[in-house]
Amino acid sequence: MPMTLAEKLISAHAGREVRAGELTVVKVDFAYVQDWTGPLTIDKIAELGGAMVHDPLKTAIFIDHASPSSFKEVSTGHIKLRQFAKASGCMMFDIGEGVSHLVLGERVTRPGMLMVGADSHTCQGGALGAFCTGMGSTDVAVAMSTGQTWMMCPEAVKVEVTGRLGHGVFAKDIILHLIGTIGADGATYQSLEFMGDTIDGLTIPGRVTLASMAVEAGAKCGICATDDHTRSWLREHKRESDYSEITHDVGAKYARVVSIDAEKLVPTVSFPHKVDNTRPITHLDCKDVPIHQAYLGSSTNGYFEDFEAAARVLKGRHIAPGTRLVVTPGTKTVYRKMMETGLFDIFLDAGGVINSPGCGACPGSHTGILGDGENCVSSMNRNFLGRMGNPKSFVYLASPATVAASAVEGRLADPRRY
Amino acid sequence: MGRAWKFGDDISTDLIAAGRYAYLRTNLPELAKHVLEDARDEFRTGVKPGDFVVGGRNFGLGSSREHAPIIIKMAGVSCVAAKTFARIFFRNCINNGIPAVTVDTDRIDEGDELVLDLRGGLLKDVTKGIELEFPPMPKVMSDILEAGGLVPYLKKNKGFVL
Repeated sequence: MPMTLAEKLISAHAGREVRAGELTVVKVDFAYVQDWTGPLTIDKIAELGGAMVHDPLKTAIFIDHASPSSFKEVSTGHIKLRQFAKASGCMMFDIGEGVSHLVLGERVTRPGMLMVGADSHTCQGGALGAFCTGMGSTDVAVAMSTGQTWMMCPEAVKVEVTGRLGHGVFAKDIILHLIGTIGADGATYQSLEFMGDTIDGLTIPGRVTLASMAVEAGAKCGICATDDHTRSWLREHKRESDYSEITHDVGAKYARVVSIDAEKLVPTVSFPHKVDNTRPITHLDCKDVPIHQAYLGSSTNGYFEDFEAAARVLKGRHIAPGTRLVVTPGTKTVYRKMMETGLFDIFLDAGGVINSPGCGACPGSHTGILGDGENCVSSMNRNFLGRMGNPKSFVYLASPATVAASAVEGRLADPRRY
Repeated sequence: MGRAWKFGDDISTDLIAAGRYAYLRTNLPELAKHVLEDARDEFRTGVKPGDFVVGGRNFGLGSSREHAPIIIKMAGVSCVAAKTFARIFFRNCINNGIPAVTVDTDRIDEGDELVLDLRGGLLKDVTKGIELEFPPMPKVMSDILEAGGLVPYLKKNKGFVL
């Protein structure tokens, strides 16, 4: 019987055939926390009273949300995380290593895996053909301590994207358009399964952008099949042997099919304060929206390719007066490559500032908090009220190229002109 | 019995536990003083033990931060009712022993006196004299809720009983 990717991957970890809607206990291949959610996980592991970690090599702690810390309270929480890592022997990624999901994408996540993380954007691991989902601190505490969790096998939504993306249009525009179409709860409890020749043409960073924002439609996971792009990504990160074939079954049962014609897509922007509040850049509402801060980075657009797309727009140009540009590479590897390939020079010459790798300003605690009444155009994934640290500010979501074009013009701008 | 505090659609975990207070992540009693601050500032000072948080669609969307349901509970809230919930928040509520029920909240008004009958699957609006039914949860979830959360559940059962 044909299966969806979610059914296949969950069945493989349940030791039996599991279909959409069924509850099952699954074996967890990897569990991780970050510094927002991790201290609570450690408390819960202590309360459980069992093993600190089921398997230290399948467990990781990341300090990425406050990296480095700007508050004494957070720094003290970091001590607790480091002590736990030392005592349990689990993997520890300290300040400057980068955003958890992106680091795992480089080093750990492999096709066929089942991962849970105490961070909602854990779902982006699906870009590599894995079942990855975000959970709370307690659920991840149980997964870390026992190597298991329970879940319902989600129904799947087939997202079929076909045709060639035009100049200046990217994976970010596909996912913003999708969420604008189905809504911020349009796939609640479901698995978004991406396919079609447009998806086949995307490299891993583009697929990461799609899978990362699955949660912004309410989905449990977002998954892509594996192919030569997956293989070359793994090769680039010196672990080609992690490759395995994960394919969509013809005849799998989907709850719904959403078709997107990539050729008709234009750069898309999410207006405050909802991710599904989208407009094509050509919409009248996008005219004369002044931009005070342009932000490049986040788990959703934090790989080299994302910064490269922005750098292509910014090369030889300068940002507008009254606009500032904050650049936060997703990982140390990305940071180094940007430095070595001259991207830093492009951003610095354009008037930007480059921060240390990590979540940066996206969770609203540091390195780019907005002032009262300010607008930010950002390559991140959420624009909820108060998201960038100030409930009196406004966040517009867009692709890195749109962010760069907007920085140059000082207002929301169409990257297709560049 | 408790009073209804009404909230709209799409109440995110950023509205419940704002990122600018992330430095209080390891000091829950202090973080709880800012619960739902950006959604309705008067809630955090006016909420009484037993009160109900009554939302619209997609309550709790966004981050996985479990601090959000925990500080709602610490504020004394006895139940969160909404038309629909975001997935992670819903599970986090249950894991912390907080009843989260899915009902047609349009029929409830601000300040209505509410009573939860968890076993009977009913949310009673005493002010209006109506009973709102909610669908039963999977057994594992109602067991976790009844145990007071996931940690006490696992201590009792030594594993998941589906």
